[in-house]
Amino acid sequence: MTAETGSFTVKKGLAQMLKGGVIMDVVTPEHARIAEDAGAAAVMALERVPADIRAEGGVARMSDPELILKIMDSVTIPVMAKARIGHFVEAQILEALGVDYVDESEVLTPADEEHHIYKHDFKIPFVCGARNLGEALRRIGEGAAMIRTKGEAGTGDVVEAVRHARTVMGQIRQLLNLPDEEIMAFAKELGAPYELVLETKKLGRLPVVNFAAGGIATPADAALMMQLGVDGVFVGSGIFKSGDPAKRADAIVKAVTHYNDPKVLAEISRNLGEPMVGRQINSIPESELIAGRGW
Amino acid sequence: MKIGVLALQGDFIEHQKIMEGLGAKVSQVRLPSDLDSLQGLVIPGGESTTIGKLAVDFDLMEPLRSFAREHPVWGTCAGSIFLSKDASRHQPLLGLMDIKVERNAFGRQVDSFEINLDIPCLKKVSDENAPFHAVFIRAPLIESVGKDVQVLASLPDGRIIAAQEDHWLATSFHPELTGDTRFHRYFLEMIP
Repeated sequence: MTAETGSFTVKKGLAQMLKGGVIMDVVTPEHARIAEDAGAAAVMALERVPADIRAEGGVARMSDPELILKIMDSVTIPVMAKARIGHFVEAQILEALGVDYVDESEVLTPADEEHHIYKHDFKIPFVCGARNLGEALRRIGEGAAMIRTKGEAGTGDVVEAVRHARTVMGQIRQLLNLPDEEIMAFAKELGAPYELVLETKKLGRLPVVNFAAGGIATPADAALMMQLGVDGVFVGSGIFKSGDPAKRADAIVKAVTHYNDPKVLAEISRNLGEPMVGRQINSIPESELIAGRGW
Repeated sequence: MKIGVLALQGDFIEHQKIMEGLGAKVSQVRLPSDLDSLQGLVIPGGESTTIGKLAVDFDLMEPLRSFAREHPVWGTCAGSIFLSKDASRHQPLLGLMDIKVERNAFGRQVDSFEINLDIPCLKKVSDENAPFHAVFIRAPLIESVGKDVQVLASLPDGRIIAAQEDHWLATSFHPELTGDTRFHRYFLEMIP
């Protein structure tokens, strides 16, 4: 009886354990502890939150391993870290550090404008962003064990997260109504692997856990995404760019659990202090938008 | 038969689907009043610190303890930590089962694994002799058990990964992640 590590079951399995939870961006061990105390299901270790990456510009890369290790030492919950799209060596380094999940993320500057990382080669699991069903299934085809529907990170504007969650769910609803002979053409139109389209139809949902990300700033935003059908949420700048991060983190965690209970949501939304300032998507020049990165 | 799944955080829907497939009625528990009229409760996998914190904040700790004194409760992974008396660190625990657990005992995600195990107690619900395929995700280990606790399963090296104390059940692994329903049937059999 030998044990097997690194299988797709255990990669997908960790994402299943994160469901109904909040994954928070943190830039210091102190932030990580605040997140854990507030009930975060995992943290994303970063040098800069997306709002700062946006403000400061320049090339955004994998964080310093020293910082990631310090954050890993400071909490007992899973720690994720970001690699650039297509930058498989950054991913190898993150695997060597022992992070629990790699986010191949459009928030960082892409290293490859045609190809993503071949994620089946790794023992650690990957989460990738997607704007539609085709993009999600292409990433799963490359080995992603978790998907996050993209929002526009670092804006505090939830509109893109809603758009992309509705797109993915809408395309799945469309697929469920197709007769068998139309599925191949639908797969071609999506640019998605046929076998994964069939699996999605059989399951009636994405074959892996699907979180929402990008622009979530309030408990109501988080509950909105949950009611739209995602399995959990990532919150980036929304917590540590707000007036009272500990309180807001605590409230967003509760909102994801009680997403269907407006009475509880009303109670936990009270007195949270200033939300992050936020930037409306339509005020941002197209060249600065990041959700469109990913192929 | 009506079973609850503690739905604060984690993979409670996986448990719910299996139990429903076995003919049980299942409802999700988020507030103390959700426990009314249930005959058993499953505490799923997830993050034990998250589940514990939400249970404290929504005043579930005492209601869960009094429910558990009367009815069968099963904790998988994070659920087994939450049921234990001792998790070797300070975090909210129901403190019911006389077991000492060690969180993340096998290491980080890169050390998560699956393995086939012989679990003799499952003979009660099935004549199948097939081993049980057990999935461990950043799993805890049951370091030691009290005198009234029965060890149900161990790894080939002898470390304990499933235990029962009267009507309480703890597994370090996730029977809800495989198609094998024997552990769920075993739990349903515990309900009078």
